[in-house]
Parts: sequence; structure tokens; C-alpha cells
Amino acid sequence: MTSHDGQAASIIFDTVGKSFAKPGGGTVSAISDVSLTVEAGTITGIIGRSGAGKSTMLRMVNGLERPTSGKVLVGDQDVGTARGAKLRAIRRDVGMIFQHFNLLSSGTVSENIALPLEIAGIGSAEIKTRVADLVDRVGLTAQADRYPSELSGGQKQRVGIARALATEPKILLSDEATSALDPETTQTVLSLLKDINRDLGLTILLITHEMAVVRDIASHVAVIEGGQIVEAGTTYDVFTAPQHPTTRSFLSGVTGVTLPAFIRDKIIAERPASGGEEVVRVTFSGKHATDPMLALLTRDLGIEVNILAGAVEEIGTQPFGNLLVSLDAAKGDEARTYLERHGLLTEVLGYVG
Amino acid sequence: MSANLINLLIEATGQTLYMVAISTLLGTLFGLPLGVFLAISQRGELLSSPWVNKVLGLVVNATRSVPFIILVVAIIPFTRAIAGTSIGTTAAIVPLTIAAVPFIARLVENAIREVDGGLIEAARAMGATPFQIIRKVLIPEALPAITLGLTLAVVSLIGYSAMVGAVGGEGLGDLGIRYGYQRFMPDVMAVVVVILIVLVQLVQSIGEWIAARVDKRAPKGRGQ
Repeated sequence: MTSHDGQAASIIFDTVGKSFAKPGGGTVSAISDVSLTVEAGTITGIIGRSGAGKSTMLRMVNGLERPTSGKVLVGDQDVGTARGAKLRAIRRDVGMIFQHFNLLSSGTVSENIALPLEIAGIGSAEIKTRVADLVDRVGLTAQADRYPSELSGGQKQRVGIARALATEPKILLSDEATSALDPETTQTVLSLLKDINRDLGLTILLITHEMAVVRDIASHVAVIEGGQIVEAGTTYDVFTAPQHPTTRSFLSGVTGVTLPAFIRDKIIAERPASGGEEVVRVTFSGKHATDPMLALLTRDLGIEVNILAGAVEEIGTQPFGNLLVSLDAAKGDEARTYLERHGLLTEVLGYVG
Repeated sequence: MSANLINLLIEATGQTLYMVAISTLLGTLFGLPLGVFLAISQRGELLSSPWVNKVLGLVVNATRSVPFIILVVAIIPFTRAIAGTSIGTTAAIVPLTIAAVPFIARLVENAIREVDGGLIEAARAMGATPFQIIRKVLIPEALPAITLGLTLAVVSLIGYSAMVGAVGGEGLGDLGIRYGYQRFMPDVMAVVVVILIVLVQLVQSIGEWIAARVDKRAPKGRGQ
């Protein structure tokens, strides 16, 4: 980029509601009483199932939808009440990328990236240099004169990203931008978004139904269900200590810590009168995530631990481990006390006889 | 066939081309914006105004319902007011244009409505005005379909132009009727028909060639 003024903008949803008129009378509520602050310069993910209202929230940030109650602020501008030229000015500060790219099929890569600049009325000489910079930033110099039909999905999304950055926005909105891409391409697009957030310092608000996307790039996350935010916080906190069942169900898909079927089938809630094994979820976080705690448990207390499932991964820049283990039910209390004293979280899932 | 007849044929071909060319040009000049407006003024579209849309749609349909030969005769006073005369090749351009405008408008409307709504949303998100969306998104994206539509319109106008002999419009159709039919010269009729076939083939081929040139989408049937 030649010159970026750098100041990212925050986004504030203040008790926002949106209802749509139903065909044949009445209204249907898409979101209600949503309050969320997206800090300037963060990558914030809104995760929810289809129909949960995440798309409505995103589209309010650039005024594609207007709230029926409450306020949406971008920086210090009220998007919901802006009209005409004022709204168009806000929109130039908010770039957007889409699941299906929405590129002009009739324009080359360069022409697509030039479109928002032409719309903003920028002179053709400056457009030329800016487009060349953008094409380079997203690594498509060799494809600059190709048409979208000649590009792969990942390349198309790179064009979409370059186009969204063309007017040097303060905010980038991502509407399921990787949902139509294969896993490998998703990774390259996500790391491009991460680079952009770091280099240009702009705020990225993304919506997704994939927890893996949130884990890989978001510093903050909000979980939306039935038109309401049910949980929000830093990605690390939400991943390590999810409060809401919806969050847990999204997480079970990514952390690779579901019980193997042979255990799940015979697990019982009550501790057997004698013998049996206790099934425990152990969560390692922060500085303990890489400590060999289970080995220490065996060494210090002589308790043997059987690992059933688990994973250690990185969220943001912090490691986070999640293990499902079984151990002698009689020694369960002792073991859990020991682990918690060393900063780990434990949760008894049940018993097997 | 005498040299005189050959001259007549050449002259008539020129008249047909003249009438079709000017009426296509004028028809596009008025039909293109009308078609764009019909597409974007529908309920929920870019410039949603359902009532205006409905009224314009009725006018367009009414014009298209009138058989061309009746239209030619019915608007003679209007033709005289515009062209200064109601007889001759130039006068014939008036009814041809009146017929072309609603036809081209409907073709353009259909072409514009085929443009992916996601593109319009992307342009809105960029802060585009409705006029910028029309000029930079809708028309470029609909251009292959508009080109094919105009090809169809030109072919239809070649057919219509054969009927303007009724008001002294001359051209190939008129020549065919006056010599081939009324003077029992089947060879003239045959040549007229052959020339018309060649013209239509040419127009169709050129139209398809241009449409293919402006169409940058992936070929149909090749997965995307």
C-alpha cells in the first residue's frame, strides 16, 4: 500500500434489533437486543449456525441492512441513520468480501480491483499505481489481466480481498469468505487476512460457521444463536472455558476431543460402588499447556492415567490443550485436586465400570 | 435479369439496411434505458418503484400487442409530425423505431435481471450510486445477453421493414411485392428472398461473434 492512514475503527452494536416484514403480514425478528463492541484493530469472529442472525449483524456495519431498533456505530458514525452521500462515504471506509466472491465476470483482475476506486472518483493515474500495489500484495501479479473465470477459488477470493482494500478502509467485513474454499486454500486466505490485519492495522469482522476459522485468526469471538449473542470474549477465554451449550457444540467440532464410541456407549453418571474408572476432561491453558502434567501426576502420586482423546493447539498465540483421560475412580478426587493446584481445569464426564 | 432490375435490387437492399440501421440505433437509444429502468424499478430492486414499473410495463405490452402493419397505418399522423412526411423510406423509420423500443426494452430488461444480485450488493457495499451500479456493473455484466438480444431485434426489424411498403417505405420487401408478386416476376421474388436470408444470416453470425467476444464467463457446461 502506498499510504494508509492507519487508524482502525471500532464497531459498536448498541442494543440492536432487526425485524423483517413477513409476506402476508406480521414481522419476523432476525436479531434482538444485540450489544457487542468490536475493538479497533482486532480480528473478531461472529460464529453461528445459518439463520442465527450473523449475516444480518455483518450487513448492518455497512448499511446493507438497517437496524429497526438500537444503534450501529462505525468509529463515531451512526450507520443506521446515514443516508445518501454520507452512507456512501462510510461504505468507502468499510471493505467487504463475500463467500461467492461477487466479482465482475466481465472485468479482469485489475479491472475488478479498480472498480471501487472508479466509484470513489479517483483519477486513472492513481488507480493504476494503487491497483498494481494491491495486485502485488495479494500475489496475483501474473494474473492481473486474467478474467475471474480463469482463476481458482482461492485466487478469486484474493481478488475480492484486494478489491475490498482498494479504498484503504478502516474495517474489513468478511461474509463466510472461506466457506466455499477447500481447507488448504482456506489456510492461505486466512493467513493473508492475518497479514493484512497486522500490516494495515485495520479491524476485521468476520462471520463464519466454522470454529476452526475463529481459532486460526480471530482474537475475539461472539457466539450468536437465535438472534442473540450468547457468549462473547477473547477467543482464548471462550475456547478454554466455554459457558454456553452452543459454544461447546461448535467447539467439539474443532478441538478433536470427543469420547471414542466404545467409552461413550457405556459411560454412566454415578460412581460405581467399587472399582471402575473415572472419565475426566483436563484442560491445559496458558503457561501450563505444554507442561508434562500427566507424567508428573504419575511420578508424584503414582496414579496411572489412560488417555482417551486429546489435542494441543494454538489459539491466538497461546497453546491450549484438551485431554480426555480415565483413571482409577477411587483416586479421582486426589488426582483432580493435584491437577487443579497446578493450574489445570478438570471436569468429570462420568464413569465406566 | 436486366441491368435495371439489378440496380433496383441494389437500391432496395440499401434502403432496407438504412431503415433497419437507423431504427435499431434509435430503438437502442430509447429501449436500453427503458429496459434498464424496467429491470431496476421492480419491487425490492435498486430503484424500487413498483407503480411506475407497472404503468410502463403496460405501455410496453400495449405497444407490442399491436400488429406491426396496423401500427404503421395507425401512427401516420405521428409519423408526419416527426418526419415531416408520412411516405417514404425515412418516414418508415418512425414506426420501425416505435416497434423496436419496447421490444429492445424487454430484451434489455431480461438481460439485466440475469445479473447476479451479489454483484449489485458488492457495488452497494463499495458506496456506488445507483447510476454507477448501472454503468459499471449491470450493463457490462449483461452485455453478452444484450448483444444477443439486439441481434434478435435487428433480425425482427429486417422482417418488419418488408411491411413498410404499405406507406411507400420501399426496401427489399416492397420490391418483392411490387415486382415479384404484382408484376409476376418470380425471379425477382426469389432474389429478394435470397438477399434477405443472407442478411439475416450475416446479422446473426456477427451478433453471436460479438457476444462471444464480450462474454468472459466460463463456457457453459464446464464446471465452476
